[in-house]
Amino acid sequence: MIEQRSLGERLTPSAALDEARLRQQAIGVRLRQMFDEVVNEQVPDEFLEILRRADNRSSENG
Amino acid sequence: MDRPAEDRRPHAAGDDEAFKLELVQLIPHLRAFARTLCGEPAAADDLAQDAMLKAWDARASFQMGTNMKAWTFMILRNQFYSEKRRSWRQSQLDQEAAERTLVAVDDPEAPVALDELRQGLAMLPPEQREALILVGAGGFAYEEAAEICNCAVGTVKSRVSRARKALHAILEDGAYDRDGRSAGDAMRTILADAQRLSTVR
Repeated sequence: MIEQRSLGERLTPSAALDEARLRQQAIGVRLRQMFDEVVNEQVPDEFLEILRRADNRSSENG
Repeated sequence: MDRPAEDRRPHAAGDDEAFKLELVQLIPHLRAFARTLCGEPAAADDLAQDAMLKAWDARASFQMGTNMKAWTFMILRNQFYSEKRRSWRQSQLDQEAAERTLVAVDDPEAPVALDELRQGLAMLPPEQREALILVGAGGFAYEEAAEICNCAVGTVKSRVSRARKALHAILEDGAYDRDGRSAGDAMRTILADAQRLSTVR
C-alpha cells in the first residue's frame, strides 16, 4: 500500500479515516463533473441528422 | 409508458416516435460514456453514433418503459469491444488517443484536478475504469452496471472498490505524468473541494 506516514503521524486513526472518506467523496464529485462536462456539450447536428435519415429509411420501407 | 404484460403488442409507428424521443435524450449520455471508453473525441462520437443507430435498428426488441439508458449503454459497450477485437493494435491506439485527448482538453480555465483525474482514470485497467464511470458518474446502480458489463453484481462492486482505491493512490502519489508539477498537487486541489463539501453540509 501507499506510505502515508505524514498523515499517520499527524492524525488520529478516526481522523485519518474521515479524511480518506472525504477524499473519496471529492473524487466522486470530480468524476461526475468530468462526465457531465461531456453530457452538457451541445450534441453535434450529425447525430440528429443520422437518426432522421434512418427514420425516413424505415418509414419508406415499412 | 408501462404497459401490463398482457397488453404488449407488436411495435407500432407511435412506439417509434416515443422511442426516438427517448433515444434523442440519451445522446449526450452516450457521447459521455463513449468518450470515457475511447478517449479521442472524434472516435468517441463515431462510436456513439454507431450505438445510436444500432439501438434504432433494434427498437422492436426494446420494451418501452424499461431502462433505455442501460440498454443503449450495453449496446455501445458491446460495439466498442467488438470493434476493439477486430483491431490488433487497438490497445496501443487507445493509449495514444487517451494521451492526445488529455492534451486536447487541456483548457487553462478548467480546474487542475479534472485533468489529473482524467489521467488517473487512463491508468486504471479498462474494466475497473468502466465500472467506476458507470456507477460513480453515470448514475447506475450496481445491478444495472452489472447488466451493462455482462458480469456479476459482486464483480462490479469489487471493480468499483478497487478502482476507487487505485485512483486515490494515483492522485495521492502524483504518479501521473505531468511535467513541472509536484506530486500531490491533484490531491490538494481535490482536498480543497472536499473541505468545501464538508462545510456545506
